Amino acid sequence: MKFAKHAGMLSNAIKALGLSLALIAITATVQAAAPAAATMEQAAPAAEAAAAPVEAVVGAPAVAAPAEAAAAAPAGSYKRMKPTEGVGMPVDGRLGLQDQYSSLGEYGLWIHDAILMPIITVISLFVLSLLLWVIVRFNRRRNPVASRTSHNTLIEVAWTLVPVLILVGIAVPSIDLLAKQLKPAPDKALTVKVSGNQWFWTYSYPDNGEFEVVSYMLNLPGYPEINPGKRLVGSDLSDGPGQFEVDNRLVLPVGEPIRLQITAADVIHSFAVPSLWFKLDAVPGRINEKVLTIDKPGVYYGQCSELCGPKHAFMPIAIEALPRDKFNAWVLTQAGGKIDGEEEAAEPAAAAPVAAAASAAAPAPAAAGAAPAVPAE
Amino acid sequence: MATTAPPEGFQGHAEDHAHDHDHDHKPAFFARWFMSTNHKDIGTMYLIFAIFAGLIGGAFSGMMRLELAEPGIQYLDTFTRMFGATNPDFNATLNTWNVLITAHGLIMVFFMVMPAIIGGFGNWFVPLMIGAPDMAFPRMNNISFWLTVTGFISLLISAFVPGGYGLGSGVGWTVYAPLSTYGSAGPSTDFAIFSLHLAGAGSIMGAINFITTIFNMRAPGMTMHKMPLFVWSVLVTAFLLLLALPVLAAAITMLITDRNFGTTFFDQAGGGDPVLYQHLFWFFGHPEVYIMILPGFGIISQIVSTFSKKPVFGYLGMAYAMVAIGVVGFIVWAHHMYTTGMSVNTKMYFTAATMVIAVPTGIKIFSWIATMWGGSLEFKSPLVWAMGFIFLFTVGGVTGVVLANGGVDDVLHDTYYVVAHFHYVLSLGAVTALFAGFYYWFPKMSGRMHSELLSYLHFWVFFIGVNTIFFPQHFLGLQGMPRRYPDYAEAYSFWNEVSSIGYLIMAASLVIWFINIIYAYTAGKKAEDNYWGEGATTLEWTLSSPPPFHQYETLPVIDDKAHAH
Repeated sequence: MKFAKHAGMLSNAIKALGLSLALIAITATVQAAAPAAATMEQAAPAAEAAAAPVEAVVGAPAVAAPAEAAAAAPAGSYKRMKPTEGVGMPVDGRLGLQDQYSSLGEYGLWIHDAILMPIITVISLFVLSLLLWVIVRFNRRRNPVASRTSHNTLIEVAWTLVPVLILVGIAVPSIDLLAKQLKPAPDKALTVKVSGNQWFWTYSYPDNGEFEVVSYMLNLPGYPEINPGKRLVGSDLSDGPGQFEVDNRLVLPVGEPIRLQITAADVIHSFAVPSLWFKLDAVPGRINEKVLTIDKPGVYYGQCSELCGPKHAFMPIAIEALPRDKFNAWVLTQAGGKIDGEEEAAEPAAAAPVAAAASAAAPAPAAAGAAPAVPAE
Repeated sequence: MATTAPPEGFQGHAEDHAHDHDHDHKPAFFARWFMSTNHKDIGTMYLIFAIFAGLIGGAFSGMMRLELAEPGIQYLDTFTRMFGATNPDFNATLNTWNVLITAHGLIMVFFMVMPAIIGGFGNWFVPLMIGAPDMAFPRMNNISFWLTVTGFISLLISAFVPGGYGLGSGVGWTVYAPLSTYGSAGPSTDFAIFSLHLAGAGSIMGAINFITTIFNMRAPGMTMHKMPLFVWSVLVTAFLLLLALPVLAAAITMLITDRNFGTTFFDQAGGGDPVLYQHLFWFFGHPEVYIMILPGFGIISQIVSTFSKKPVFGYLGMAYAMVAIGVVGFIVWAHHMYTTGMSVNTKMYFTAATMVIAVPTGIKIFSWIATMWGGSLEFKSPLVWAMGFIFLFTVGGVTGVVLANGGVDDVLHDTYYVVAHFHYVLSLGAVTALFAGFYYWFPKMSGRMHSELLSYLHFWVFFIGVNTIFFPQHFLGLQGMPRRYPDYAEAYSFWNEVSSIGYLIMAASLVIWFINIIYAYTAGKKAEDNYWGEGATTLEWTLSSPPPFHQYETLPVIDDKAHAH
């Protein structure tokens, strides 16, 4: 650690205090600018497409059909979304939880911010003030002779019952949140299967033609090559922050319940996205299921949250949430991608071998041939 | 009483009786320290061992805070070479991080806090406080200690032999399967698991010893309800050890057979289930956190009562609150597993059961304050540390109430919020209680007074240091930073840097502590029998400082009036 750098910490500390307040304003401004950023045309460099096979699937049709033709040819209207600064990702120096972009997340955030935090703050300050009071009032000088009181039934009953009541008060919304979180998905909900691997994620879409997306973290400048063959983060305009951005995001539709089925191919991983209030372990031999509903289009980042070996810190999760029509357009850019009740999209000729390569690269799902899957309620 | 090995070596028991008339006769060096059957000597060895292990575990955390001071991987390659690797690849470098977190956790839990608080203070003061001449099984006491040391050596070896990706075992202190089974080739993880077997066996024997001693060797007149609360706390802890550790032993034995003998307890490919391991581990692991903190509760109760010059408020409530914490501690384990895909009913049950623990814990906090209320407080160093404990443990406790909520845990599980929470109750709770106990009893154990000034200085520097380390980690966790990460995005850099600066402050406080120990042995006044005065009423204060090698040749009789609660 450099001492000189630490000398700047004091000013940083002052900044941080202001930051949390200023953040609300900044977030509002950035969000206003977001639509403009999202419509920016994304270049799909050919060289890059060759380097990353799955990238080609995403990139090639975008070149073929530019954005102006969106209404006529939905397949061409997909563009990789640029994330909004401070949305769906952590913000430096901030004190509280990330902003939430699902209704469950907003409920959870409310429970944390409006119920839990005030209660625990008041309790801590109450204990602190009692301690300060006994220091001031019952020290040897002010109270030379100690009382011999060692029982008081009333107060003992009180400090047993009051915490019980507080806890019941916490438990009611907390249990309600649990019930909402674990409500099963409606039958027609879109199913997406997530599989954790050392050290990448695979996403497959059984309702859309069983195609599979393999998602690796983008390499970081100044690091050894973490994922061989992947490009550097920031080499594309739509890239989010390093450590979070991946080559192929998990693309999902907004505003509808999505049934996420999560498993792992090797060791335990955990699929976590803080801004969507979602965390569920990926356990080999089990399929864990939970509903995710995203309220707003955007890019939401998370990181593997169960120790899974050396590159545990280098297998992030990036969810790109799109309106249904844009999501459909994205599906049609995928090899074998199709929309329910519609004709299967004409596969881009170049994509077929790529798809084969992608599925060959992805390990067989662990659930196959394993213990019976245990779905979460 | 015939427990002293004769100085000449192993010559049977015939000679022992020759020494009975001289209660302060000590055997020669080797016999005294390597074949010890004296609870005070074994307690001293436990304390010295815990300090030594704590320095290693603390150095590991210093290496981690150094790496985490700024984003990027700066030092791990150097650390990897320090462990003896030549030209490590990137995976081996990153593996070193996982080795550090694993070793730090295992050392601090099994080889620092437990040996210090149960092996050290428990061995020293349980017999003294109940008026017993020694522990019930002095030779088993000795083997408990040496098994712990052997376990520590096995853990150290594990850092220098090949694991799955480089030298050392990077599976976390929880040793989750299947990362710890087919996920980690090489003998390193076997050594780490074996170290838990050894330390666990030592602790089980220690627990049997404490239970037998407390049940059978109390002085005449000392009924269960007259025992000092520290003895109560060790009794409850011993039961937790006795019931929880065999489950850990079973779980890690299954790991060993999965790793080496082709069983598939935790391997889905053979019909096993990785989540089974987590249930077994946490059935042990949750009582384990109470094992680490309950004796601390006992120490704080003694100190608060002594320096308030009052009996403990609500003695029975305090004793049975610990029993309640121990019992409820066994039925809340799955709150460590909210994200493993449990059913909604299971999560609701564990949410409710976990919150119940806050009630007896609250009783303890309020009873300590009520003990001080109306007291005549004398702010000697142990009380200052104890008051620090009460506040810090409260902060750690209330974040536990937040984490107890299964629905909220979805966003906080396995983040730095959890790291902050358990360091507040352990690093700031159990360790603060250890230092409080140290300053309370050090003159009794050594016969020399420490410097009160240095003790206060130690407290304040430590207090500022640990809060600077761990309070910002709440913010990191709320912003989503996962634990066990050697590297992080720019957005986590500010609070990480603050946290690393806190480590330097905390480390400085340890220097003050060592200066204080050196001061005590070189310039410290000789300690009187009862150097804390009228408030200190338990039996150890009736003995000299240090107590004779063998105490209570005539058993003390507890007078109803003098010790009535």
